[in-house]
Amino acid sequence: MLNEKPTLKSTAKAFLYLLPMLLITVTFNIYPIIKSFMMSFYTKYDFFTDKVSRIGWDNFKFIFSDPDFHIAVKNTLIFVVGVVPLTVIISLVIALLLNKIKWLSGLFRTVYFLPFVTSTVAIAQVWHWIYNSDYGLLNYFLSLFGVNPISWLESPKYAMLSLIIMSIWKNLGFNIVLFLVGLNSINERYYQAAKIDGANSWHQFTNVTLPLLSPITFLVTINGVIGSFKAFDQIFALFNGNPGPSKSALTIVYYLYQKFYTEWKYGIAAASGVVLFFMILVVTVIQLSYSKKHVHY
Amino acid sequence: MKVKIAMVLRYVILILGGIIMLMPFLWMLSTSLKTQPETVKIPPIWIPKQLQFSNYIDAFKAAPFAQYFLNSIFVTTVTTVGQLFTSILAAFAFSRLNFYGKNIIFVIFLGTMMVPVEMLIIPNFVTLSKLHLVNTYAALIVPWLASFFTVFTLRQNFQSVPDQLYYAAKIDGASDWHYLWHVLVPISKSTITAVTVLQVIGSWNSFMWPLIVTNSENLRTLPVGLQAFTGDAGTNYAQLMAASTFVILPMVILYLFLQKYIIAGISKTGLKG
Repeated sequence: MLNEKPTLKSTAKAFLYLLPMLLITVTFNIYPIIKSFMMSFYTKYDFFTDKVSRIGWDNFKFIFSDPDFHIAVKNTLIFVVGVVPLTVIISLVIALLLNKIKWLSGLFRTVYFLPFVTSTVAIAQVWHWIYNSDYGLLNYFLSLFGVNPISWLESPKYAMLSLIIMSIWKNLGFNIVLFLVGLNSINERYYQAAKIDGANSWHQFTNVTLPLLSPITFLVTINGVIGSFKAFDQIFALFNGNPGPSKSALTIVYYLYQKFYTEWKYGIAAASGVVLFFMILVVTVIQLSYSKKHVHY
Repeated sequence: MKVKIAMVLRYVILILGGIIMLMPFLWMLSTSLKTQPETVKIPPIWIPKQLQFSNYIDAFKAAPFAQYFLNSIFVTTVTTVGQLFTSILAAFAFSRLNFYGKNIIFVIFLGTMMVPVEMLIIPNFVTLSKLHLVNTYAALIVPWLASFFTVFTLRQNFQSVPDQLYYAAKIDGASDWHYLWHVLVPISKSTITAVTVLQVIGSWNSFMWPLIVTNSENLRTLPVGLQAFTGDAGTNYAQLMAASTFVILPMVILYLFLQKYIIAGISKTGLKG
C-alpha cells in the first residue's frame, strides 16, 4: 500500500484523516499568514466591518520613521546578542561537566532544567522581587562586596541587563539537554583515536568534541536567536505591563502588541509583524548557508 | 592526583551553578512563608520564625484563583486532547497513506513553521471577533486545536514503525482506523506521552494569547490572573510569592514525575526542529 500510486479513493480517504487538522491550521495558520501580509498594506481599515478603504506603503513608512520602532529593533538586537552567545557557552560548559560525572548527574540535570517548565509570568514575579532595589536578594549579595544598591528595574541603564540575566537563567536547561544528547552521540572511538595520536584533553575538545557537536551548536543558536527575537512574556511580566523604564525593554513584539492591543492600529502592528518575519527569515537563511560550509555532520 | 582535582573542580562548579539555578525557587518559597515585616528584613532571613502558611490561603482568596485554576485546567486539557487527536490523524495520513498533493501540503506546512505566531495574532483576533468568539473559552482553545509541529513529530515516529506490522494488520482484516488506534498509537506511546507533556506545559504557561483574547475576569487563565493580581498585591511580596508558587507548582510536580518523557521529547523534537 505504501508504495502504491495515489488514487482518487486513497486521496479522499487521506483527506478525511487530514480534515480536522486542515480545518484548524488553514483558518488559524495559513490564512492569517496571507492576511497579515495584506493587512500591513491596509492604511485605512475598519476592523469591525473588515472594510478596507485605502491601501499603500504608509504603514511601513510610518514604522521606519517611528523612533519607537527604531528603539524596538535596537533593543531586540541587544537582547539577542546579550542572551544567545552566553546561553550557548554556559550550557555547553555545564553539559560538558555533566557528561564527565556519574554521581548525582541526574539530580544536577533536574535542577538545571527546572526553570524551563515554570510559567514565565510567575517566575518573573520572583525575579522582580530579587531585583527589588531596597530589599531584593541581588542587591543584598552585591552589598556584601561593597556594591551600592542598583535600581535594576527602574533604571533604563540596568533594565535590559536584568531581563537578559533572567532569560539566560530560564533557557539554560533546554540547551543543556540538547548538548547532552549531542555529546552522547559522539562515538567513543574518536577520543581513543585522538589519545593514540597523543592529543591532550584540550586538543580532544577542539578537534573532536567541537566539530562533532557543531550541528547541535548550530541548532541551539538558531533556536536561541529566533526565540529571543520574539521576546514578550518575560518583559510584560518583569516590568508589570510596561516595556521597561523609558522604553528600555521595548522589543519588536512588544511594539506590535502596543500598536495592536492598546492603540488599535492594526495596519501598523501587522507591518511590524512583517518586519519581524523578514528578520527571522534573514537570520535563518544566513545561518543555513553558513552551516552548509562550516558545520561538520 | 590531577584527575582527582579535576573531578572536585567539576563538582564545585556544578554545585555553585546549581545553587544559582535553585536560588529563585528557594527565595520564592522562603518569602511566601514570611510575615510582612520579615520580608523586608536586611540581612534577609531564609527560614521564617513561624511558617506563615496562611499567606497561601490569603492569596488564594484575594483574587478568584479557584476560577483561574479551573480555567487553566479546562483549557489545557481540551487543547491538549484536541491537538493530539487532530495530529494523530494527520500524522497517520502523512506516514501511511499515499494521496495527491501530499508533498506539496507537507512542504507548505513545513514553511509555516518558520512564521512567528506573534505575527498571526492580529488576523486571528479579527477572525475570532467576526465569529463572535472573542472573550469566550473557544477563543482560548480553538486556534490551538492543531499544531503542525506535533504532526511533524508524530509522523517521524509513525514512519519508524516497521511496515510489516501494517501489512500484518491488513491481512488480519483490520481497517486503517483500527490499525491506527490499536497498533500504531500504543506502539508510539512514549513519543505521544512526550508531545503531550510538552503541550500541557506550553498551554499551562501560555500568556500572550489569553491576555489578548479575554477581558473578563472569569475567563482568565492562571498566568493572566497572576499578572492581574500583581497590581492588587502591590508590595505584599509574601502573598505574591505564595501565588507564584501555586501557579508554578503543578508543572514542577508534572516535571518531576514525567522528567524522562520531557527530556526525551525535547531531544527528539528539538533536534529535528
